Amino acid sequence: MITAGCDLGSLTAKAVILKDREIIAKEIMGVSARPEQSALTIMELVCGAAGINLENIDQLVATGYGRKHIPFVNSVESEIVCHARGAIYQAPGTRTVIDIGGQDAKAIKIDDKGEVIRYVYNDKCASGTGRFLEIIAEALDVPLEELGDLSQESTATLTISNQCVVFAETEIISLINEGREVPDIISALHRAFANRAASLARGIGVEEEVLMTGGVAKNQGMFSALAGALGIDLKAVSDPQINGALGAALIAEDNLTGKSKR
Amino acid sequence: MITAGIDVGSLTSKAVIMKDGKILSSIILKSKPRPWESADLAINGVLEKTGLSMKDINCCVGTGYGRDKIPFIHQARSEIACHAKGARWLMPSARTVIDIGGQDCKVMKLDEKGEMVKFITNDKCASGTGRFLEVMAKAMGVELSELGELSARSKNPVTLASACTVWAQADVIQHLNEMIPIEDIAAGINNAMASRVATLVSSIGIEKEVCMTGGVAKNSGVVSSLEKTLGIRIKKIRRDDPQLAGAIGAANYAETLLNGGKI
Repeated sequence: MITAGCDLGSLTAKAVILKDREIIAKEIMGVSARPEQSALTIMELVCGAAGINLENIDQLVATGYGRKHIPFVNSVESEIVCHARGAIYQAPGTRTVIDIGGQDAKAIKIDDKGEVIRYVYNDKCASGTGRFLEIIAEALDVPLEELGDLSQESTATLTISNQCVVFAETEIISLINEGREVPDIISALHRAFANRAASLARGIGVEEEVLMTGGVAKNQGMFSALAGALGIDLKAVSDPQINGALGAALIAEDNLTGKSKR
Repeated sequence: MITAGIDVGSLTSKAVIMKDGKILSSIILKSKPRPWESADLAINGVLEKTGLSMKDINCCVGTGYGRDKIPFIHQARSEIACHAKGARWLMPSARTVIDIGGQDCKVMKLDEKGEMVKFITNDKCASGTGRFLEVMAKAMGVELSELGELSARSKNPVTLASACTVWAQADVIQHLNEMIPIEDIAAGINNAMASRVATLVSSIGIEKEVCMTGGVAKNSGVVSSLEKTLGIRIKKIRRDDPQLAGAIGAANYAETLLNGGKI
């Protein structure tokens, strides 16, 4: 049985193909302005990687920001439910998922079956979302993917006092003008960002084990800053960015096998 | 008796010279990165207009963001205190003062003697501050001062999806790409700004008369949108430039100091 999940986010599209509950292909790409086109492209990519055609997929479930704009799916599912489902598959001990996406941040409490107990969500304020790092990377003129590595070279502890992205950007510019080192600035930003994410998560009560997912989890500096802010041993998975798509693919399989309660 | 008030803000610096409670001259200029440079420029500029020199000033009080870094002042006073005092001078009947500065927003309640009874401020989030308008004007490629006029011509204001400056900016760019008339985008921006400020104002409670100070008070679009959102009339300050409120308040404090009063 072949099922697939497609997670159309604000910045990236992710797709996963499962064969009998095992991942046989996964892909991530940047999205274009048209969600429908992005969905088609990512599905062609992932099918190519799996060596199958779109018609070979028995069931496709979509999730993410652009999920309602994809014409060829069997059903859609909320990001919260997909992330919960993906997390329990990837790391069965997970009870709290902290997912930081391109334009939002979520904290989800789940039970041992991956059912959602409670969740909290921020998409109102850019601070504490992936957009924060994007803007900062631009202001510092370093590629987004390099922030994590650069922060590891930090030798001095600085503090960023502003939470607002707009004000933090100004603060960074004055730190640069004062002659501060870029790695120290990035490290301070990671801590500021992590505090924001941690306070969001505390809103639902953090229960271990805690798994960090979403593209931001790939940034090692952010990952350790969040672990530090929560004061816990944060869990990682090999590919945190595909967690939502994976959850969607698992739900697709549930739909077929009749396990779904929906 | 000649006093001076200087207000070094995040975006603009203001200075006034007062003689026996009347304004002799004033200046508003763009702030420099270093507060003391802004202060020097402002005081020299305002003195030049009057033909006076530094030694003619009996007392000078500083306020604003950079007040602790001004070398030549006799005393520094908080922005809240100076704005309340300056608003009282500009409009004695004011009981609620809404001051929107370059990087913050303050709402102050005054009693009939002009004493401040309550205040609330937002300097944590760029939304609802002058910075919000600055970012939007830049995204639109128009001057900050044009936003009010532009929005007055709007027939169908857009609705911005979020109060957050970052998200609203993305929204504005999308509206521009969709060829939506620039007036309608400008009106949407002013409405978003007003609704954010209204939340702050409502939390402290409104009492008449209501006036607005700070640079944003000169944006007619924000003022009328705020009037609509709050369902009140905002009395227009006519005695002098509302952006000078902080500097005027500082000069008033300087006079109190000279008269032997404690501030």
